[in-house]
Amino acid sequence: MKTADQTLDEILNLAAAHFKVPREKLSPDADFFKALGIDSLQTLDLLTRLENHFHVELPDYELQGVTDFRTLAGKIQARL
Amino acid sequence: MTQKGKALGEKQFQGRALSWQVQSGVIELALHRDPCNELGSLSLDELEQFESALDDLEKDAHALIIYSTLKCGFCAGADLRELYERSQAMEKAETAQGVRDFLERIHRVLNRIDAAPMTTIAAVHGVTFGGGFELALVCDLIIADKMARFCFPELRLGLIPGFGGIPRLKRDLGNAVVRDLLLTGRSFNATKAQQIGLVSQVVSEGEALRAARATAAQLGKFDRQTAVAAKQFIKPVPHDELRKEIDMFCDLFSRPAVQAGLKRFVESTDAQPYLP
Repeated sequence: MKTADQTLDEILNLAAAHFKVPREKLSPDADFFKALGIDSLQTLDLLTRLENHFHVELPDYELQGVTDFRTLAGKIQARL
Repeated sequence: MTQKGKALGEKQFQGRALSWQVQSGVIELALHRDPCNELGSLSLDELEQFESALDDLEKDAHALIIYSTLKCGFCAGADLRELYERSQAMEKAETAQGVRDFLERIHRVLNRIDAAPMTTIAAVHGVTFGGGFELALVCDLIIADKMARFCFPELRLGLIPGFGGIPRLKRDLGNAVVRDLLLTGRSFNATKAQQIGLVSQVVSEGEALRAARATAAQLGKFDRQTAVAAKQFIKPVPHDELRKEIDMFCDLFSRPAVQAGLKRFVESTDAQPYLP
């Protein structure tokens, strides 16, 4: 079982690698829409990559209003 | 290129929203209308041209593959922007009749593909939402790359799917799964889609078309008449329910809540505009 910190770290690594943003520029409390510069289609892409990576299902409505990596990690952690 | 697209010989067509060609007994129908293959009047016009050409195309084909050349995905569904703009420019009764006419036309095309005497494959990736999902459901097989995402978001607009989605889902899946998809409006990925029996193969990112071509090549080894008979036996077109769906959609569409929902969607800058 991953710890919450491990989950958060993996999310940050995945987002940095896929959206080609330097890892050091992504902080846990950053607004990921702004930090990654992603639109609605890319948000879906990120959601799918996270589901595939963590082997979880993340219903869209649970993520509605979630904007920072730390809260996102908490939502994923709850389904691991 | 002409307004109606360009026929490139008998077996090819290059349109503004879609193109097709026949190679080695396989018809490949490519969707390529920016931003994400929204199905509006242009796409429908060209789909009708495809339907008209099918009688001739299918003489030499044992399979049909539908896919998208766009990075965003297979198809984001009906062109809601066009629908909203047209409804703003028309009287209510005229809009209602226009919506019914559009649905009748697209159902005719999709029913024709659904029952086509060949094996049909949707090779999907990325966004496969609403009417795009319904287009995939018309096909006999869905092959998805692992980044494909499916959704019926119509309830956010106060509507139900209108391109045959409910009857075809009911034909293919258990009712509990259908209720989940329709009533929550949530999107789900290719792995989930395969678990519930919707998708026949999940492949690596960018590999759906290659896998569809390999499958189509395999299908060509079977006796055509037997394959057609098997398809007709196992996959009846649910005409009565499709008819009911059109009526229900049109009844719902006449409500003010739908106009408000369309306006909200068209004007939204939200990252998840498909959610209410």
